[in-house]
Amino acid sequence: MSSQVKLITAVVVACGFLWAVLLAAGGVIGSGLEAQEQALLAAVFERRLGALLMIVFVACVFLFLMLRAAHEFLVLPPARAAEEARAMLEEPSTRLTVQGSRELQALLVTVNRLAEQHQARDEDIEVRIGAANAAAEADRNRFAVLMSELAQGVIVCNLDGRVLLYNRRARAIFAGSSGHGMAALGLGRSIYGIFDRHLIAYALENIDTRRRTHRHFVAVTESGRLLRVLVAPIPEAGAAIEDGAEDGVGTGAEAGFSGYMTMIEDMTETFDSESTRDQLLQDLTESSRGPVASLRAAAETLYDYADMSAEEHRRFLEVVRDEAGSLAGRVETAARTYAAVLKSRWPLEEMLGSDLLMAACRRIADRCSLPVSLEDVDTEVWVKVDGFSLLQAMTYLAARLRDEYQIKEISLRLSRDGAMAHVDLIWSGVFMSTETVMHWELDPMTVAGESSPLTVRDVVERNGGEVWFQRDRASHRAFFRFLLPVVSEQAASSSAAETAMVDSRPEFYDFDLFKGEETGLALDDRLLAQLTYTAFDTETTGLDPSAGDEIIQIGAVRIVNRRLLRQESFEQLIDPQRSLPAQSVKIHGITADMLSGQPPIGRVLPMFRAFVADTVLVAHNAAFDMRFLELKEASTGIRFDRPVLDTFLLSAVLFPNQESHRLEAIAQRLGVSVLGRHTAVGDAIVTAEVFLKMLPLLVDRGIRTLGEAREASEKTYHARIHY
Amino acid sequence: MTKKILIADDEPNIVISLEFLLKREGYEIVVAHNGAEALARVHAERPDMAILDVMMPLRNGFEVCQDLRQDPEFANLRIMMLTAKGRDTEVSKGLALGADVYMTKPFSTRELVAQVKALIDRA
Repeated sequence: MSSQVKLITAVVVACGFLWAVLLAAGGVIGSGLEAQEQALLAAVFERRLGALLMIVFVACVFLFLMLRAAHEFLVLPPARAAEEARAMLEEPSTRLTVQGSRELQALLVTVNRLAEQHQARDEDIEVRIGAANAAAEADRNRFAVLMSELAQGVIVCNLDGRVLLYNRRARAIFAGSSGHGMAALGLGRSIYGIFDRHLIAYALENIDTRRRTHRHFVAVTESGRLLRVLVAPIPEAGAAIEDGAEDGVGTGAEAGFSGYMTMIEDMTETFDSESTRDQLLQDLTESSRGPVASLRAAAETLYDYADMSAEEHRRFLEVVRDEAGSLAGRVETAARTYAAVLKSRWPLEEMLGSDLLMAACRRIADRCSLPVSLEDVDTEVWVKVDGFSLLQAMTYLAARLRDEYQIKEISLRLSRDGAMAHVDLIWSGVFMSTETVMHWELDPMTVAGESSPLTVRDVVERNGGEVWFQRDRASHRAFFRFLLPVVSEQAASSSAAETAMVDSRPEFYDFDLFKGEETGLALDDRLLAQLTYTAFDTETTGLDPSAGDEIIQIGAVRIVNRRLLRQESFEQLIDPQRSLPAQSVKIHGITADMLSGQPPIGRVLPMFRAFVADTVLVAHNAAFDMRFLELKEASTGIRFDRPVLDTFLLSAVLFPNQESHRLEAIAQRLGVSVLGRHTAVGDAIVTAEVFLKMLPLLVDRGIRTLGEAREASEKTYHARIHY
Repeated sequence: MTKKILIADDEPNIVISLEFLLKREGYEIVVAHNGAEALARVHAERPDMAILDVMMPLRNGFEVCQDLRQDPEFANLRIMMLTAKGRDTEVSKGLALGADVYMTKPFSTRELVAQVKALIDRA
C-alpha cells in the first residue's frame, strides 16, 4: 500500500470515527426522551444545525491536518529511506538522507556507517582479487614462457591419459610423426596415441610401489626418433608428494595423484654422437691391440735374443717399422673422426652480432691479457653461429698474434655485406706471410693451456663461413676477416612471430580438463559444453558425389572445453584422380598443379579419422560433406560413425524466421568475422566459431545435451533436405 | 720327443715372433693362416698344443676351439687363445668353449713362453 493511500485511508477512518462518536452521542442524548423533549431537542438542533456542521467540518479539517503532519513526519521518511536503501544495494556509493524523527535519524546515521564499512570492505576485496588475478596472470605468463623455452618437451596428462598441457618443444618432437601436417599431440587427446599405454602404465606402477617420485623410459617415435621420457606424478591438491606413493598398489587415484607429467628429451642426436664416440674409442683400443701385440713381441724378441741372425734381425725390425707406422695411421684417423664428432655436436644458434663481439672482447682480454676495443659495430646484424667455437677461434688467433708477433692491442669490427657478416680482428703494425697464416688456420687450437682438436678452419666450416687474412697498407693495419652467415630477414621475422605467439599464449594448456569428464554417461546425455568437437569442411570438384565428384581438400580444427584450438588443425590436399572442372577452380582456387603429387583419398581418410577420433563432428551443411565421406566407405573401409552436428540445422533451430542459413549469413548474425572463406581450414574455423557462439543460445532454448541438439536438428523443417 | 705346436693367426707380423720364440724353446712349429687351415693342420699334424687367434678368416678361433673340443681324439690337445678384444665376456666365452689359457694382445713374450711351457709340461 502506498503511503498516500495510507494517508487517505487514515483520514477517512478518522472522519468516520468522528461521525460515529457524534452519532453515538446523539443516540445517547436522544434515547429515552419524552416526545415533548424530543421535539424540543429537534427544534434546538435545527436551530443550531449550521453551527454544529461547522464544528464537525472544522474538526474533520483539523483531523486531516493532524494526520497529514503525522504522516509526513512518521511515515514518509522511513519510506523514502527504504527506497534510498534499495538504491544503495545497486549503487553502493550512495548514502541515505538523514531525516524524520530523531530516533529515525539515529538509525539512518548508523545505517550509513554500516554502508560505509561494507563499501570499504568490498573495495578492499576487489583490490585483493585484482592483485591476485594480476599475480596469477603474471605466473601464467612466466609459466608459458618457461614452458615454451624449455629444451625438453613437456606433456601433462590427467589419469585418463588426456593431455592437459604441452609445450612447443613437445609439439616439435611429435610434429609430423604421424605425417601430413597433423599432430598426434593435442589438448584433450590421449597420450596413448603417442606412447605405448604399457610403457606409461609400467612407469606409473613403479612410482607407486617403489615410492619414487619419477621414472624413466625410452620410447621411439613413428619417425624413428629416440626419446628419453621422464614420468612424474602430479599430487592431488593438498596431498604432499611423499603421500603420493601409499602402500596400496593400483591406480594413481588410490595413490593420491591426479595426473602425471612427462618430460621428453630427443636423444637421437646425442645418442648418435655418443655412440660414434664410443665406437671410436672401442675401435681405437681393439684395433690397436693386434699391431701393438706384434710390435711388442718383435721388440721384446729383438731385445731378448740379441744372438739372432742378421736376416732374422732385419725381419723383426721390419715388423717394428710396419706396425709402428700402421698404429700412427690409426691414431691419426681416430683424431680426425673425433674432430668430426665435435664439429657436429654444437648446434648453431642465432645471436646478435654485437653480443658475439662483446663476448669476444671479454674473452680475448681475459685469456690473452690484451687490450681489446670495438670499432664500427653494426648493431642490427644477427648471425647464426656456434658462438663457443667461434670465440675459441678468435681467442686462439689473438693469442698467436700476441705470442709470435708481440701484438699489443686488438680491435674488433662488425659489418654486413649482403647475406654475410664480416667480423674483423684487427691489429696494426705487423704483417705476416700468407703461408704463416695458413699454418695457424690448420693447427689445432690451443689457448692458455686449453686445447681443442678443432682447427680454425674446422670452426669456420662448421659455421658455414670463411676466414682470411687481409692487409690494409694505407692505414698500416691488418686483420683476420671471419665471414659468417647472417640470419635472413624471413627467419628473423618468423622467430619474432614465435615470440609473439608466446605473448598471446597459444592454447597449449587447459587444466580444466583435470576434472575429467563424466565418461559414465552415454554420449547423447553429455552436455554440449563439455564435449570435444572437430569442425571440418571439404572442398570438392563439384556438388554431386554420386556422379563422380571427389573431395580435393579437407580442413579441420578442434574444439576442446569450448575453446577453438587453431594450432591443432588438419589441412590436406587430395589428388582426386580425375579432372578438375574449371568452374570449381573459381570457387576454391585449387588448381590441378597443386593437387599433383598429393596423396589420394584412400591415404588421407585414415589420417583424418585418426584426427577426429573421439570427437563430435561439426560441419556446415554436414549432410553434403558426410555424403562424400560415406561414398568412400566401400572403397576405403573407413567409416565415420561419430555423431555429427550441423551448424546449418542448428541455425534453423535458433533462427526459424530467418531466410538464409548460409555460413556467411549466420556468421554475420552472430558477429563472427569471416576470413579465408573457401579454403577448407578457413571454413572449418568459421564453422567452429559460429558453433561456439551458438552454444549459449542453444542453452537458452533448453538444448543442453548432444541428444537434445540432435533431436532439435532433426525436427527442423530443413532437416528434410537430402543430398 | 719334440713337442709340436700349431700357431694359427692371420697376422704374419705376430707369427714371426711366436714362431721364433717357440722354436728357440725347442718346439716344433706348424703355422696356419686361417681357421679352416688350422683345423686341417691339427688333424694332419696332431700337435700337442694349438695357439689360436680369435679373429681369423673363414673360421674364427672360437669355432676352431669348439670343434676340436667336441672331438674326443683331441682331448689331450692344449689350447691357448689369443685375442685383440680384451673384454671379460670374451675371456669367459673362450674358457667355456674349452680353451686352457686365454691371453689378450698385447702380451709379454716371456709370459707367453712361460704359459706355453707350463701347459705342455703338464701333459
